[in-house]
Amino acid sequence: MKFWRSPAARTGASVAIATGLYGVSFGALGVTSGLDVWQTMALSLLLFSGGSQFAFIGVLAGGGSGGAALGSAALLGIRNAVYGMQLNALLRPRGWLRLGAAHVTIDESMATASAQTDPAEQKRAFWVTGIGIFLLWNVFTALGALLGNAIGDPKAWGLDGAAVAAFLALLWPRLKSREPEAIAVACAVVTVIVVPFVPPGIPVLVAAVVAAVWGLFGVGRADEGLEPDVEPHEASPS
Amino acid sequence: MTTWLYILAAAVVAYLTKLLGYLVPAKALKNKRMTRVAGALTIGLLASLTVLNTFASGQQVVFDSRIGSLVAALIALLLKAPFLVVVIVGAVAAALLRLAGLP
Repeated sequence: MKFWRSPAARTGASVAIATGLYGVSFGALGVTSGLDVWQTMALSLLLFSGGSQFAFIGVLAGGGSGGAALGSAALLGIRNAVYGMQLNALLRPRGWLRLGAAHVTIDESMATASAQTDPAEQKRAFWVTGIGIFLLWNVFTALGALLGNAIGDPKAWGLDGAAVAAFLALLWPRLKSREPEAIAVACAVVTVIVVPFVPPGIPVLVAAVVAAVWGLFGVGRADEGLEPDVEPHEASPS
Repeated sequence: MTTWLYILAAAVVAYLTKLLGYLVPAKALKNKRMTRVAGALTIGLLASLTVLNTFASGQQVVFDSRIGSLVAALIALLLKAPFLVVVIVGAVAAALLRLAGLP
């Protein structure tokens, strides 16, 4: 089939498989954060943005309120609006296609689409990556949630350590130069300092204010922190 | 029940945020300040969530096996391990340290 021989569709498919697989870690962490299997699956199906989903359950796992979880998930999703603007200019989706495009607008679909130069290839990359991840991410979330439910004490399995690793891995590809590193360090330090003084869940929001102010008055590149490198790294179009 | 409400609210907000991008006029793209704030927020929140999950226990700052996960994950990332491997390495580190008797 000609479609699957296009470099964009192939790149999209490999990124979708690599990303979809780690839905299993979200599913397992979701149920250990206190959500049930259905609630964990609902986040992947309806919220569908890895960073925001991990933020939501990360705040709950730390004892934060539902409101704080909602707040951090919402703030972490703001970058998707920027992707939406760029993708709208790139792909020009019309009618109800636009509603579907919005739902699968995430780091990975943005990155693979913008890596292409031919408009037809941009479309293929976006849709293959977006729909591919959506399908696999949801299947593997369900699998992870059932798995997380089946094991006994999550701490004995180091699942709280898995959450630490997951957040660091989400942050890592965005630290491409000095300024994002400085923002990360500043927000990390502020978070540790305020933990004893505010209710759980609030330290993330304090860090968000620091980051937003930095972004407003910063002088770095305009796309700092956006569009991380996506896995698999070697799958650049040949 | 209220958890469901927060989940649905978070989903609606996330979807509308994405859709908003497709509906605003293209000239908003030229606003560098907006993209800079979005990028800084992403970095700041992920950094904050990383240290919270490492050091926070309720309102206390504690030092336990999760620090081992942070170090192990960092090494895995420096070795360019894929995401899922990094997560598993983080879990194994904490599990082994607990097996060794650490909190």
